[in-house]
Amino acid sequence: MARIYHLRTPLSEEDVRQLRVGDTVYLSGIIFTARDAAHRKILDLINRGEPLPFDPKGLAVYHVGPVVRKKNSEWEVIAAGPTTSARLEPVEHEFIAKTGVRMVIGKGGMGKKTAEACKKYGAVYAVFTGGAAVLAAQAIKRVVDVYWLDELGIPEAVWLFEVENFGPLTVTIDSTGKNYYDEILENAKKKAQEILAKLQ
Amino acid sequence: MQQSDLRAQLKEFLVELIKVAETRLPVDVYEALKKAYETEENPIAKQHLEAILRNSELAAKLGKPICQDTGTPVFYVEMGAEFPLRAEFYDIAREAVREATKLIPLRPNAVDPFRKKNTGDNTGRFVPWFEVEIVPGDELRVTFVAKGGGSEAPSTLKMGLPIRGVRNVWETVLEAIVEAGPKPCPPVVVGVGVAALSDQAMALAKRAALLRPLGERHPEPDIAELETKLLEAINELGIGAHGFGGKTTALDVHVEYAHRHPATYAVAVATNCWALRRATGYITSSGKWEITSKHITG
Repeated sequence: MARIYHLRTPLSEEDVRQLRVGDTVYLSGIIFTARDAAHRKILDLINRGEPLPFDPKGLAVYHVGPVVRKKNSEWEVIAAGPTTSARLEPVEHEFIAKTGVRMVIGKGGMGKKTAEACKKYGAVYAVFTGGAAVLAAQAIKRVVDVYWLDELGIPEAVWLFEVENFGPLTVTIDSTGKNYYDEILENAKKKAQEILAKLQ
Repeated sequence: MQQSDLRAQLKEFLVELIKVAETRLPVDVYEALKKAYETEENPIAKQHLEAILRNSELAAKLGKPICQDTGTPVFYVEMGAEFPLRAEFYDIAREAVREATKLIPLRPNAVDPFRKKNTGDNTGRFVPWFEVEIVPGDELRVTFVAKGGGSEAPSTLKMGLPIRGVRNVWETVLEAIVEAGPKPCPPVVVGVGVAALSDQAMALAKRAALLRPLGERHPEPDIAELETKLLEAINELGIGAHGFGGKTTALDVHVEYAHRHPATYAVAVATNCWALRRATGYITSSGKWEITSKHITG
């Protein structure tokens, strides 16, 4: 039975261990953005033993390349819907293990290694509605900080956002390692074979 | 009209065309999404379809980009043989993209594949992309499309075996949609191109997915029937909105074809996410311009 949760970062292990696939979460507090280049950058720093400019522990990492602009010396977030998470599958398990993030937010689902890391370290993967960029931006109350902007550019930089009731987020990988999409895609594959078998 | 005045009018027209496409969903797409929402019984898929509708209405109301991936800019052009600025059109369109990127604003998406540098203004080598057709008359008719990266990634091309005929189409389409799963932001619009040449098949699939209004069938009855059957089959897969299951995986399927070579059967599948951003308009040689496509107002 799917439930609705309102959670605040930093998330505790207990917060995320209660979540199950299909649950809806509205998140408040601090989240940070990272896509391909930022995942690489953060892991490189950690692996070299260098400090990060912020503490990711208990936070949510959001797969997004936002549209932002500077207005009267303040950053304004124009559009910030999720990007395709599957691109981060090769590194996300290591990212969860080494940063201590408790939630990964994106779209389109993630694979086995991420699910294993969610189970082992106590984290979940949740989906924000793909393309719903204005809805996401409405829930971002403030840009707290931005890192490596010159080096990575606007979409790839790491943005620290303060969010209020950010969602709906649907949990599709929970901390038991269950992946909501596995069954749907397995059935779709079977159905496609059935349809093709019926063709002359 | 002075050429310099027409130049300014043309740029103004193109900037507005880009703005409308990026911020206001076409009415046919919005209506199809609304129908998907109303008929959906899977509660999670329905929740996300509701978020999609709310997001689209908000974007139109606030004049903000529907999706943060503001896409790769593509211009489909019907160029009147007598339109005065034929050779200059490309430069003016590039300027319009640069201006729209600052004004709306758009996310800079043009990245050098070898040196990794982002140009910062959505123009670059072969960006924007143009498909130009010369037509009689002195008008310029343009459809601007913002093509998102997430829905472009599952693009599929298969050089099928002629002996297997239309089976090549069924297999390529269903396998591509299952493989894509939730990644291209379903409900998607599917374009299918069948042709002699590989690039031709993809170009036709793209046109079919991006340009033909949703709900409109191919004028040839047997091709129209194939479209209906492919749409039913895709929606039977149960992938649903964002892969959460449910009734609507595709909003529509459009098939386009060229006569093939005896030895080839090229099948291409192009998908667009639910955020199908296109806008159409024309400008006359006297500088009068108008956006003719219908969009939601929020």
